[in-house]
Amino acid sequence: MSEPVIKCENVYKIFGANAQKMLQDSNGNVDAKTFQENGCIVGVNNASFEVSKGEMLVVMGLSGSGKSTLLRCISRLTDATGGKIFIEGQDLLQLNNKDLIDLRRNKMGMVFQSFALLPHKTVVENIAFPLQIKGIKTEDSISKAMDMVKLVGLDGRENYFPRELSGGQQQRVGIARSLAVEPDIWFLDEPFSALDPLIRKEMQDEFLRLQDKLQKTIMFITHDFDEALKLADRIAIMKDGIIEQLDTPANIVLNPATEYVRKFTEEVPREKVLLIEDVMEISKDNLGDLKVSKDEIIENVAEKILTQEKSVAVVDNNNNIIGSINPTKIINTVFGGRKHNN
Amino acid sequence: MELLKKYPKTFQWLFLLVVFFALCFAIDVPETYKFIRGQAEFVKDPNQSSYVFLGKEVRYYAFDVFWRLPPLLGWLPIWINDSLFFLMNDWMPIEVWNEDTQEFKSRPIVLQISRNLTAFMTFLIELIREILLGGLETIVAFTSWDWIDKNPWAELPGLPWTIVAAGAALLSYKLSGKGLALFAGLTMVYISVFGQWKPSMQTLSFILVAAPLSFIFGLGLGIAAFRSKRVEKALYPILLVMQTMPQYAVLVPALVLFGVGDHAAVIITMVVAIPPMILLTLLGLRAVPPEVIEAGRMSGCTNFQLMFKVLIPTARRDILIGVNQVIMVCFSMAVISAFIGAKGLGFNLLLALNQLNIGLALEAGLCISLIAILLDKMSLAWANKQTDYFGNLTFYQRNKNLLFFGAIFVIGIVLAYIGTYLFKDTFNYLFEIPHNKGISTADFWNKGVDWIFDTFFIYIKAFNTWLIQEVLQPMRALYLRMPAIATIVLVVGAGYLIGGLRSALVVCALTLFIAFSPWWDRALVTAYMATFGVIVSCIIGFTVGTLCFQNKHSANFMLGVCDIFQTFPSFVYLIPVMMLFGITDTSVLIAVIVYATIPATRYTIEGLRSVPAGLHDAATMSGVNKFQRLTKIEFPLAFPHMMLGINQTIVFALFMVIIGAFIGTEDLGQYILKALSDKKGAGIGLTLGICVAFIALIFDNLIRAYVQKRKKHLGID
Repeated sequence: MSEPVIKCENVYKIFGANAQKMLQDSNGNVDAKTFQENGCIVGVNNASFEVSKGEMLVVMGLSGSGKSTLLRCISRLTDATGGKIFIEGQDLLQLNNKDLIDLRRNKMGMVFQSFALLPHKTVVENIAFPLQIKGIKTEDSISKAMDMVKLVGLDGRENYFPRELSGGQQQRVGIARSLAVEPDIWFLDEPFSALDPLIRKEMQDEFLRLQDKLQKTIMFITHDFDEALKLADRIAIMKDGIIEQLDTPANIVLNPATEYVRKFTEEVPREKVLLIEDVMEISKDNLGDLKVSKDEIIENVAEKILTQEKSVAVVDNNNNIIGSINPTKIINTVFGGRKHNN
Repeated sequence: MELLKKYPKTFQWLFLLVVFFALCFAIDVPETYKFIRGQAEFVKDPNQSSYVFLGKEVRYYAFDVFWRLPPLLGWLPIWINDSLFFLMNDWMPIEVWNEDTQEFKSRPIVLQISRNLTAFMTFLIELIREILLGGLETIVAFTSWDWIDKNPWAELPGLPWTIVAAGAALLSYKLSGKGLALFAGLTMVYISVFGQWKPSMQTLSFILVAAPLSFIFGLGLGIAAFRSKRVEKALYPILLVMQTMPQYAVLVPALVLFGVGDHAAVIITMVVAIPPMILLTLLGLRAVPPEVIEAGRMSGCTNFQLMFKVLIPTARRDILIGVNQVIMVCFSMAVISAFIGAKGLGFNLLLALNQLNIGLALEAGLCISLIAILLDKMSLAWANKQTDYFGNLTFYQRNKNLLFFGAIFVIGIVLAYIGTYLFKDTFNYLFEIPHNKGISTADFWNKGVDWIFDTFFIYIKAFNTWLIQEVLQPMRALYLRMPAIATIVLVVGAGYLIGGLRSALVVCALTLFIAFSPWWDRALVTAYMATFGVIVSCIIGFTVGTLCFQNKHSANFMLGVCDIFQTFPSFVYLIPVMMLFGITDTSVLIAVIVYATIPATRYTIEGLRSVPAGLHDAATMSGVNKFQRLTKIEFPLAFPHMMLGINQTIVFALFMVIIGAFIGTEDLGQYILKALSDKKGAGIGLTLGICVAFIALIFDNLIRAYVQKRKKHLGID
């Protein structure tokens, strides 16, 4: 497998006057309580993970869990107190200011919760801003920005000022701006949290559409577990600076690693999250005529399967039978023993 | 006991007042005491005591220390003065090449710096002045007087007033639109037709140098303070004092350092105008949301780009207010610095006031105010202007305004040329209408004043006498009757009760400084005048503000009126009051009241407006009537903001009281004015200025502490 795009090794972020020294003394055994007594606050506690090319990692946690801090360490908006971060093999913390600026100008894009648009610039100027900062000519940057305006569906509003737009529209501008330099890595810090539920759903769909087309490497921060399930390739759940579990949505729902994670999964409608693949059996006995794809979400095919008497064949993309699923399994998954799963 | 537990604060205040009055009654007025025994004047007098500091003898009248503290800081003005002279005349001599004598000469470094600065400022002012009015100095600066003698044609001709007027209108049109263009054109025509062209352009050239320089330095220092905590900490106390220091007081040291003239005026204007610019820049930069900064960083901004493309544009609103402040201070100083020889409208205004020619003063004052409003509006429009990128325009469209100006330029010159034939025997009115050759309404105003005076003399006189005898004199006597120790106890106690120990210590230090200076009595008189002004201003301001708030349009109208009034240079306020009340304390006080009512009104309206709409509705649904809503909901919530208004009112009032010394009052301002004409006045002027600043800072400290506590209590921001 090729090199991961983002790689974190034992990343710590501790706020406070003598954080550096305390971290060294603790030998990597950071206890938030003792640190707090000494006037330090632990933001990120020993985070290690990798994100590979084209993957979307969603970091989920409640407020104060350190998820935004983690993102800011990886974008180096703050310097990590300890550990190593590699972006495409480059040691991020060793970069000098100039290289860091180069990296941001060419490889990174970021979307913010409160949109963070420049109030004195119009939509198109806001989107062209990172390009102009790079030193691209005004005309070229504007024409490129106009493409971005079309991409996020804001045509006709390019000369509006941010204050004249709704929240959803403003965030479209934020997204377009972060994509203007065609970055490989895309950071999104709770991009849809400030939006109304309906708009949020619309933006999520829009976002999935974009990602389908662009295939960026993404770190997406959210406090909304449903959003995480809907969007993620993998989810990292954070609490008090520690990554409690990092896995695919299905595995998190089926096998929560800690009590904390389980609480989130309890209310989740599994049929909407799990794929046929996640619940199928390997045995290929007693198959009926119906075939379903392994990538279907249970909800979409449940009705079909429940009308069958025999097991249903599960096929992969090449129409090879790779397993089976029977109605009882579906019923068990949807209604069965949620509280004491597995 | 129950009561005491229920209202501990009230009892603490009561206790403080009891102690205060006990001290007042316990300590008698010493028999030797008479108001103001000229402690600052160093004449031999057998009753005087003295002490020696640095070989200088400081004399004072010995009173009971409970009554008045001895002037232990009496040496400070002398010391400041000596230090200044030492700096200017003896400290660190360097070798300087002298063009005239063709040899090196030894000169102290500060003097040399001051000379160079002076030369630079003079050059800038002359350059702009001569573009507007014509002259030789600029060309001389690049060549020499000899060269000018040989080439008599070499003279900047100056622009005909028609070009400047049309140019101003065009610029206003481009910046804002028809309304401002019309205003600009009319203002310029008015100035010209009324024969104020030359002094107006002199003042304008002064401001066109001082304002941009103040803006640049203020912005730069503001950025420096934003980026470094240390710079901020070093700057902050200086800013506080400078903001509350009366403008007169800064003039005096400037005299010593830079001499007399426009250049000194520009430098001193910068000293006064830069602090508010720094503070507002800092305020604006601080208010930029952190995510916007992060967005800038993630876009790959360098530090420089981040500052100038993200931070400053985002903080534009506050920085703009800073620009406004700078312009206002510049106009205010344009008048005041006439005391140290700045030419222009300010000089004419002072002269007219001195001669009690109210009509002339009114005309000059009106010109200054009009130009001030014009520049104020233009700078606002400029800052709000958007650049558009879709510039696929033709050459004509892109340079339309430039072409227009070219046309105006040619027409103006042709007109001026025709004028030389039309007005062969008199002045060329199409080039420049000379001073005092335009239309003048001065006579009309003077007659009006005379008529008012003749007609209403009895009433005005009666009012005047009543006010002075029944209100002002007793109030002044009460203030002076306070033993120093009682005053200090009261102020420090208030500091402790409002802001805790820290506040008490700060207030104590400030008060002690004034008490140990030789001018405690004068400070009391200043305080009494300011108090009177502030109380009346606040009553008027709160009433007017509350009434106007009841209707959206009247509130907006009132804020607009406040805006315009605030643009007037402070000196202008003296004109109408002198018209009515002549040279008395009443004049000063009325000027103080008018001037200080502006912030009181403005902050009342703003404070009431800041009450959340939700509360408004909640109150209405609880069935309160309008009056109840005002007293139970709006006033308590708006009160912290209104208190900040009182703070501003105090500063404004003190400024005006000091300026009022021009009319002749017996407070600190009188001595500052005296120090202006004294060669060794720098130290005295500066120390007096600091005393006034400290009076303002004492109140500032108390009010801020109170507002902070109150806001926390109410849970506002």
